[in-house]
Amino acid sequence: MFRRVLQLGLGPGRLTRGLGTRRGSFTLDWEAQVLEVKKKLRSILPGEPLELHDTSHLPPEHSDVVIVGGGILGLSVAFWLKKLEKKRDAIRVLVVEQDHTYSKASTGLSVGGIWQQFSLPENIQLSLFSINFLRNINVCAEHLAVVDAPPVDLKFNPAGYLVLASEKDAASLENKVRVQRQEGAKICLMSAEQLQNKFPWINTEGVALASYGMEDEGWFDPWSLLHGLRRKVQSMGVLFCQGEVTRFITSSSHMETSSREEVILKRIHEVHVKMDNSLEYQPVECAVVINAAGAWSGQIAELAGIGNGPPGTLQGTKLPVEPRKRYVYLWHCPQGPGLEAPLVADTSGVYFRREGLGSNYLGGCSPTEEEEPDPANLEVDHDFFQKKVLPHLAQRVPAFETLKCLMHPQVHSAWAGYYDYNTFDQNGVVGPHPLVVNMYFATGFSGHGLQHAPGIGRAVAEMVLQGGFETINMSPFLFSRFYLGEKLQDYNIL
Amino acid sequence: MAAPGAFLRRVAREWTRHARGIHDMRESVTPDSSQKRRTLLQFLSSYFHDIEVLREYLLRMEIHKMHWKNRPVSSIQEKYGPSIAGALFVLKQGGSVKFRDKEWIRPDGRGRFSSEFLEFQGVPVEAVDASGCAINYQGLDHLLPLKELRSLRLRRCPNVDDWCLGRLHPLAGSLQELSLAGCPRISERGLACLHHLQNLRRLDISDLPAVSHPGLTQILVEEMLPHCEVLGADWAQGLTLRREEQPRDTGSPVSA
Repeated sequence: MFRRVLQLGLGPGRLTRGLGTRRGSFTLDWEAQVLEVKKKLRSILPGEPLELHDTSHLPPEHSDVVIVGGGILGLSVAFWLKKLEKKRDAIRVLVVEQDHTYSKASTGLSVGGIWQQFSLPENIQLSLFSINFLRNINVCAEHLAVVDAPPVDLKFNPAGYLVLASEKDAASLENKVRVQRQEGAKICLMSAEQLQNKFPWINTEGVALASYGMEDEGWFDPWSLLHGLRRKVQSMGVLFCQGEVTRFITSSSHMETSSREEVILKRIHEVHVKMDNSLEYQPVECAVVINAAGAWSGQIAELAGIGNGPPGTLQGTKLPVEPRKRYVYLWHCPQGPGLEAPLVADTSGVYFRREGLGSNYLGGCSPTEEEEPDPANLEVDHDFFQKKVLPHLAQRVPAFETLKCLMHPQVHSAWAGYYDYNTFDQNGVVGPHPLVVNMYFATGFSGHGLQHAPGIGRAVAEMVLQGGFETINMSPFLFSRFYLGEKLQDYNIL
Repeated sequence: MAAPGAFLRRVAREWTRHARGIHDMRESVTPDSSQKRRTLLQFLSSYFHDIEVLREYLLRMEIHKMHWKNRPVSSIQEKYGPSIAGALFVLKQGGSVKFRDKEWIRPDGRGRFSSEFLEFQGVPVEAVDASGCAINYQGLDHLLPLKELRSLRLRRCPNVDDWCLGRLHPLAGSLQELSLAGCPRISERGLACLHHLQNLRRLDISDLPAVSHPGLTQILVEEMLPHCEVLGADWAQGLTLRREEQPRDTGSPVSA
């Protein structure tokens, strides 16, 4: 210890250079550093109060990438960032999650379906990539295998996804299935009689055509995926922190475009993470911020100054993601569809699937714009089931008529969760913001973020590390489409 | 200590001898003879990063070996056709094959088999017995082109799981007998996608450890496949017996 004190006195240049390389910045404040080191040394000696601040509950002071939001999308981005980095431990990643119990996070409250029946080729490719990832989740050592840990059991039900279409939608369904088959999904089209033969419990009145996925479609348990990812990502060295992002410290630079217009580019330097139930916060210096905050992404974007400007300009374009409440109901029906029942999406927008072996069914419906419930809390409205969901269910599956006639409702339980709803075109936003150059989005997927999470995580990681999309071309999902007004509409949103 | 190479090989051989599937590498229940060595490595790996890397390497090698066994053999396929390619794949894994109107071709104790089937051009494969083989989702690629397959036995295959069952639907036209007894990774969710196989007449789903309620699953599968004889758990399995009454007399407590 004395030798170190001597070295402090004798080697100013070496010490500042040493300190500089460790902290990552060159500092000329020699006196303050000596005082700090002397204070630390004195506090180690017995008898002195420990003045060293215990910061183990705070996030680190520096991190290369800060991911705001620890749900399935945030963890997926963290996983792919660590997987695609060139050298081991090259990138320091911090995941900031405001609630480690995930009580309101959309991931845990999700129905967990995965299907390839979309109309946009990019969405189909994302689904195919994700299902390959889920299939190989334990098998490839590259995925979530951790030595000494039990394998991740996703409880995947390969029962398929059945879309029913009425007369007027039949032609568009055929076109969609053609696109899906081109991308490699195995979907078959069925007429009403074939549908009746295959699933005798369906009432095919009003159904002209149905599309059914033969393979790689069904539902799984989102919690096991979340925890498997979390475990793997922790084993790869990603740090977790429970806290709320309250502020971004940014710097602006004025630039000129080639057509002589002035543009202000912003760069985020620090993220202020506030701890729960206290006023304490930690400024985390970072290079890249990833907005994967799900239903709260709009608020995070506003903190970064996105949308502060005259409407109609790029500065004034807000991130159009807001939370929307959706209900899921669980009911029991002993004479209901058998073990082969797929995830059925009716012509009216009502969907249901089987849950477990005991004749329980899960389902719900997306309300229309006028009936949107208030997203301030996660209270369930049981009348919605009786008025909006049950009539269509009973009409489509006559066995569910029994739910109407009983004294006590057979709805065992229900819950509500948020969609990170993109009010512009109900499809996600991926990639950097054109003006806030180091904020990347991975949000806004309006109900199919869970099933696309592996693909989206990989796309964002490729964008951050390599500057472009390589596996799947997600350029139609960039933020700029909100300003340019190009809607990316997919007609199969549940 | 012996040379590191020899040590590694010895460890790897011990590992693979006692691990039937890759997930057994991670389970704590092991035969006694390798108990000490397994816990020693586990113990060491919590102190030394090198041992941790070694264990990760061994795990990766196991997985790689499984992938290598299931690799596609497209050159054989082009030369001889899909039936013979499928038959060759099954025989190399250690299973048996029966062509129509011919005898069963089985590899002997050493894994060698006669190559007379290479002349069976145009003769379809009727039955495949891949019991105990390391066939997985990738390896099923070789079996799916066998459009006239009547009987498929996948008993005690450690890598056949729910995903593989979801892939069997192209064989729906001809498959009449399917046996999945003893596969450790098949659960009731995979059994649900057997409803595509409408021509199935015999299905064996006994002794599936990952199925949570064997009796109830048996009833649901029987309902799903009305023309099929389902062998498996007795429906009364798992139900508590009342004193002095036979299970058959109490009637079905499970609804419908």
